[in-house]
Amino acid sequence: MEVSKLLGFLLRRGVKAAVVVLAIVVCNFLLVHAAPGDPASVIAGQSGAADAVFLEQLRRQFGLDQPLHVQLWIYVKSVLSLDLGFSHRQQQAVSLLVLERLPATLLLTGAAFVFAVTLGVTLGALAAQRVGKWADSLITVVALTFYATPLFWVGLMLVLVFSVWLEWLPSFGMSSVGADLHGLAVVWDVAQHLLLPALTLGLFYLAVYARLTRATMLEVADQDFVKTARAKGVPEGRILRSHILRNALLPVITFAGIQAGQLLGGSILVETVFAWPGIGRLAFEALLARDYPVLLGVFFCTSVMVVLFNLVTDLLYAIIDPRVEVAG
Amino acid sequence: MSLLSVEGLTVALPPGGDRADAIEDVSFSVDAGEILCVVGESGSGKSITANAVMGLLPKGLPVRAGAIAFEGTDLLRLGAEPMRKLRGQRLAMIFQEPMTALNPLMRVGDQIAEVLQVHGAAADAARRVPELLAAVNLPDPAAIARSHPFRLSGGQRQRVMIAMALALEPALLIADEPTTALDVTTQMQILRLIREIQSRRGMGVLFITHDFGVVAEIADRVAVMQHGRIVEQGPAAEVLNAPQHPYTRGLIAAVPHGAAPERAAITGEEVLRVTDIAKTYRRGGIFGAKAVVRAVHDADFTLKRGETLGLVGESGSGKSTLARCVVKLVTPEQGEIAYDGTNLRLLSRAAWKPYRQRIQMIFQDPYASLNPRRTVGDTIAEGPVTHGTPRAEALGRARELLRLVQLDAGAMDRYPHEFSGGQRQRIGIARALAMRPDLLIADEPVSALDVSVQAQVLALLAEIKARLGLTMLFITHDLRVAAQICDRVAVMQRGAIVEQGPTRQVFSAPQHAYTRQLLDSIPGRGWTPPQL
Repeated sequence: MEVSKLLGFLLRRGVKAAVVVLAIVVCNFLLVHAAPGDPASVIAGQSGAADAVFLEQLRRQFGLDQPLHVQLWIYVKSVLSLDLGFSHRQQQAVSLLVLERLPATLLLTGAAFVFAVTLGVTLGALAAQRVGKWADSLITVVALTFYATPLFWVGLMLVLVFSVWLEWLPSFGMSSVGADLHGLAVVWDVAQHLLLPALTLGLFYLAVYARLTRATMLEVADQDFVKTARAKGVPEGRILRSHILRNALLPVITFAGIQAGQLLGGSILVETVFAWPGIGRLAFEALLARDYPVLLGVFFCTSVMVVLFNLVTDLLYAIIDPRVEVAG
Repeated sequence: MSLLSVEGLTVALPPGGDRADAIEDVSFSVDAGEILCVVGESGSGKSITANAVMGLLPKGLPVRAGAIAFEGTDLLRLGAEPMRKLRGQRLAMIFQEPMTALNPLMRVGDQIAEVLQVHGAAADAARRVPELLAAVNLPDPAAIARSHPFRLSGGQRQRVMIAMALALEPALLIADEPTTALDVTTQMQILRLIREIQSRRGMGVLFITHDFGVVAEIADRVAVMQHGRIVEQGPAAEVLNAPQHPYTRGLIAAVPHGAAPERAAITGEEVLRVTDIAKTYRRGGIFGAKAVVRAVHDADFTLKRGETLGLVGESGSGKSTLARCVVKLVTPEQGEIAYDGTNLRLLSRAAWKPYRQRIQMIFQDPYASLNPRRTVGDTIAEGPVTHGTPRAEALGRARELLRLVQLDAGAMDRYPHEFSGGQRQRIGIARALAMRPDLLIADEPVSALDVSVQAQVLALLAEIKARLGLTMLFITHDLRVAAQICDRVAVMQRGAIVEQGPTRQVFSAPQHAYTRQLLDSIPGRGWTPPQL
């Protein structure tokens, strides 16, 4: 693929992505405002002084007294200048809040992603190679179990087994409270905290990858070019690696793109169960507190991620599969 | 001693098949420098035989008896690893489907180099790959080597397959229907290439085919297979011109001979006049590079009542698109399709409806064109019922039609998968006739069928057409079939009709260079099947 073609592709897709993100920003704004109850009434309710004058004053302070289209215009303008607004509840800029929480989420979801893809593809390939034998049945049963079990339940069970009964792993948070750790000890501490939530988040996708890899490998193994390779005298191991697996990975990449996009949003549940200080929990807390600017900021972040990962997937596809042209 | 000698080879089918053994007591031999053609219809076991020699039989098909001696070694007693080393080195194979036989993600140069690498000749790869590509007459070998398979045409891919098979100069080449999926002109080039390389290197070739024309073109000796057994074998001239076994005689009698009989000119009134239609496909958007394909242009023709017009041409020539324009499965952007004086192109969906009854299509693939979840009776009656015929009456008519296409009335309540390809095509014909059409459009109706079944279906079509006074537009890539059934033919190339006229005239005195090229490419042109 020539570099000029690639740049052209990135430019065209960049423009499209910007339009998509803008549309999402508008939709998010309207959706959030369609929900009943506004931040002013929540704050007023909590402070216990809910008279009409105070409410009115709060609304004016937050700009909630303006007509909806004016609020929208102000919001879009500020997003365009990369200002995500100010959280009156937390008395902090939204972008700071989000940036502060983002690394934790990225660590969690990234770990879950790598775990799911590598182990899932490996298990799927093993199952395909031993199709019909006990290893294949075992992998299929395990994959189906994880596929069918609800995420939060898996999380609770893991906590029960590994934290409560065995006392091997911590059950919540990202690092040990009050421990004064340095260097490698910090890494070890975080890794211990990371294990359970990452497992919980990754198990479902692991099952999906295992099943997908198994199915496509079996399909590819039946194709004519595999027979051609055998007729050429290519050893079985090499047929598996350079002919079957490579072709079978194409649908896996498609799905990995979808998963990568969803991981940010999908981690809300797991972050809540494990008290992981990421943006999933930030969104959850903001929702309960009707903290619109924070909620919108999180939505904005996750939608940018989805669009970005779609772009990366398409690029990867074009690099791996020569039949796919990078076209607008 | 022969290069390859197969003795009493028996390969079992899994239990529950239609016979106990896929092939039974098969014996033949191939000498160095000789081409043995194994001919047979689908299911005769010819591909199983080829795969058995290569040691590529699927697990469900075990060898039960016999011996395969290659250069003095019994291949059946050879372990997996020594057998693998023989494959690609001393024994090579090419397959039927050039479109799927190459790994889509690997450059073709790498795929050829892989043969050298796995047999310990990796060092030669850089030098040998372009040499091999040049040896199979591919232009610009360096550029082809860097291409992925999807950039190449079917014929080019088959050349790459041949180059790959020849990489280590094998003693025996097994070719399993290597030209069946190709256009006639390409087929002729590939046949010549195989013949030339074989005689230059003194290779033995085991050539599997179903086409007696190809046999006549290439074979030194012939073995005819039926139901897993070799029923006749001998030198090509003997088997082709004086076949002994009744099955061989039947097959050769069914071969369309390519000579067009004299036909009386049709003088009925005009039914269809297609003028000035054009269909152009565009790809690419505002940003991307644009590709414009003129699928149909300059393709005027007329059809008189009771006439059969053949649209012949190679794949991509636009013959199917033209036919689909007539029934509005494809909408042309300009031109006139005058049917009984009405311009069909301008009609709305609703206004088209009465014409849907009068113009019916028969499709190529009898496996894909019938709904697998509907009984045959329902499939045939569906059209009339949607056009308002009472159900009972439509089913009664379906029963009559099954008799007309020579199927048992018991077929009514059965499902398509219970029928063979030829029977399904008969069902397809009955389905089209159920609408009482006066124009039939048959799109390659016999291309997917074995030659003996093909002859039966063609005879049936001709008889029904004469009995019901139908007009027919017959699309085919096979000139021999066109010669047999069409009153007139129109030859299409790159979306345009380049020549048309009475079949006999076009065949005996072709005017256009492309028509001449097509006619010269008919395999086995030099062979006139004997009158049996």
